[in-house]
Amino acid sequence: MRAPDRIAEPAPAADEVETSLYEVRKKIYARAVSGLFARWRIALVIITQLVFYCSPWLIWNDRQAVLFDLVSRKFYIFGLVFWPQDFIFLTALLIISAYSLFLFTAVAGRLWCGYACPQTVYTEMFMWIERKIEGDRLQRMRLDQSSLGARKFGLKLLKHGIWIAVALWTGFTFVGYFSPIKTLAASFSPWTLGPWETFWIFFYGFATYGNAGWMREQVCKYMCPYARFQSVMFDPDTLIITYDAKRGDPRGARGRKVDSKAVGLGDCVDCNICVQVCPTGIDIRNGLQYECIGCAACIDGCDQVMDKMGYARGLIRYSTENAVKGKYPDQEIKKHVVRPRVLIYTGLLVLVIIAFFGGLFLRSPLKVDVIRDRGAMVRDAGGGLIENVYRLQFINTDEAPHRFSVNVSGLDGMQVVMQQPVEVPPATTQVFPVSVKLDPAGIESGSHVIVFHIVDLDRASVRADEKSRFFVR
Amino acid sequence: MSDFVHDGWSLYIAIITLASLVACAVLLKLMSTRKLAPGEKPGTTGHIWDEDLQEWHNPLPSWWMWLFYITIVFALVYLILYPGLGSYKGYLGWTSTGQYQDEQKQAAATYGPVIDKYLKQDPVKVAADPVAREIGQRLFLNYCAQCHGSDAGGSKGYPNLRDGDWLYGGSPEMIKTTLLNGRNGAMPPMGAAVGGSEEVRDVAHYVLSLSGRTHDSLRAQRGQPKFAAACAACHGADGKGNQQIGAPNLTDDIWLYGGTEAVISETIVKGRMNQMPAHKDFLDEGKIHLLTAYVLGLSGQAAK
Repeated sequence: MRAPDRIAEPAPAADEVETSLYEVRKKIYARAVSGLFARWRIALVIITQLVFYCSPWLIWNDRQAVLFDLVSRKFYIFGLVFWPQDFIFLTALLIISAYSLFLFTAVAGRLWCGYACPQTVYTEMFMWIERKIEGDRLQRMRLDQSSLGARKFGLKLLKHGIWIAVALWTGFTFVGYFSPIKTLAASFSPWTLGPWETFWIFFYGFATYGNAGWMREQVCKYMCPYARFQSVMFDPDTLIITYDAKRGDPRGARGRKVDSKAVGLGDCVDCNICVQVCPTGIDIRNGLQYECIGCAACIDGCDQVMDKMGYARGLIRYSTENAVKGKYPDQEIKKHVVRPRVLIYTGLLVLVIIAFFGGLFLRSPLKVDVIRDRGAMVRDAGGGLIENVYRLQFINTDEAPHRFSVNVSGLDGMQVVMQQPVEVPPATTQVFPVSVKLDPAGIESGSHVIVFHIVDLDRASVRADEKSRFFVR
Repeated sequence: MSDFVHDGWSLYIAIITLASLVACAVLLKLMSTRKLAPGEKPGTTGHIWDEDLQEWHNPLPSWWMWLFYITIVFALVYLILYPGLGSYKGYLGWTSTGQYQDEQKQAAATYGPVIDKYLKQDPVKVAADPVAREIGQRLFLNYCAQCHGSDAGGSKGYPNLRDGDWLYGGSPEMIKTTLLNGRNGAMPPMGAAVGGSEEVRDVAHYVLSLSGRTHDSLRAQRGQPKFAAACAACHGADGKGNQQIGAPNLTDDIWLYGGTEAVISETIVKGRMNQMPAHKDFLDEGKIHLLTAYVLGLSGQAAK
């Protein structure tokens, strides 16, 4: 490795000014925008947040409908109760999420980032609050430049107050998914909140306030790993937000009645609206950039200007790299959606979704573990019989009690000694000691495979067959 | 610590630890003093990938350097609070034993009230309580099932707890005493006292006859006086045993080691040594009480 000489130079001279290698953040004052894509985003904000804020309050079967009870390790989602043994479903869910992400990104770029990511959603909410209190872009810029007076102080106090309130409510809701939310709500007065609940409410609240209020686009630019690795999911046929340079350039201001062609200008009036509305502060006209979260605010902004100017919409629009290069016209973009990458992602996604729901549908509410006693292999049971002892651990994941019969097969004449039927209360794990008796006459000494058959007395399809071993002296 | 470790080693380790921390700080300082002059371009590391991809030789960003400094501060604070510098115990006096004991105390505070509320109740009543029975079952599976079996049916040398037959008595008080203090069941070797192997077989057949098992009545007849002489002191003249000293009842066809002639002869000749460990040192009174009730309930079930 060649070490550049300059690095090894002695201490810098006094006249050298310290320069930061890392750009100091320029605060972004995103301008409000309305239009088709803004409406989509608002709709998604409302839908996701309705689900997030309301779900913990719903009741199902006299319990919280959605509750992830970490203490007793039961995870309730409406009619479903998941146990740690059902971890595979979480895996499947994560695979579904991952492939959905791959698929959406391959088709239309950073859809997740632009419309549904919590970072975007909460930033959107916090910016909305900001706008209602401090006004739009110019008013906010002016307010920040003005000296601190009673008005500015009041507005800032109000904004941060509401932000913090929303953030804490978010933290409270989040913890409400893990700790029954009604008990949680009741534990504020008198203050009986546990130390961990307190910590997580404030931690999650602080993260919401910090990320949506202060960090904003920096999270996407510097912290989010997905933002960086998503570029591998793009290809030249992926829909991206593009500025049509051929149509727009050369840029320049002109009057509405001026014929742009006559003055040698393209359609871009250089109004900078697309830059002003951008939540990450980039200029989309410079082409696709890693900062672009695909929110399409610039499309909405530009379309409004085009309407005012009486030009056709779509100077900034969803298009593909190949379409921009002129490999095919915009009308053919739809045709290029169907391509191997998209088909493979879709196929895998559909497979995993089918497996997920199939697995859920076929999931047995009964799980049984047979644990052999290790202290004694065999014992005399009187009358010439021998006995092996087992513990049957029943897990009834259902929210109704179940009755089971226990039988055993493998050696002729085996008898199960236990009180039958076995009743297992709803959603519990219970251990039942059981002994199996056998007349050992004529049976080879050593270990034999036996199978316990546990069958639900009310629904024969619910059954478990568990292998174990029987020792003969 | 071992006797041959000199105190000086503690100092040696402490010095090395602190010197390493200082060395880290010095290294960080050396690496972070360099700033680029305005307009100055940093060099590259010299590697070129994919035709034109180069890695710049920039100084480390200061926020990152600060994270390193914070780790040094963290290390110093840690070394002051916790044991780490040689044999210095740390300001907080933390030990793993202490943490274990704290957790034990915490567990006792959490579960104590649940368990202790049964202490005031009569064991017979506790035995009928379903919640107490569940707790009892878990305790039993943890502490007793290794020997007595998950179903409490025992095995060779380990008494069956469900048959209503008690070596030391089946009253709640007796069961509790057994649990707390354990038991030492010893039968001395009686081979010499009984006589030769034929005499031992005679006694064995007499013992078989006591519980009505198939036996040679002639031998049993011959064995009877030997039994009266050698065995009756503990097992009683009628063979019904003695719960005061834990001598088993020989008339009920319940066998701790086995009821065949061979096993009985072995017992007579070699004697038996058996032990149940005392549990008072690691189970508190509340748990013993619940276990007592659970065991009581087991034999009650058998009686039904």
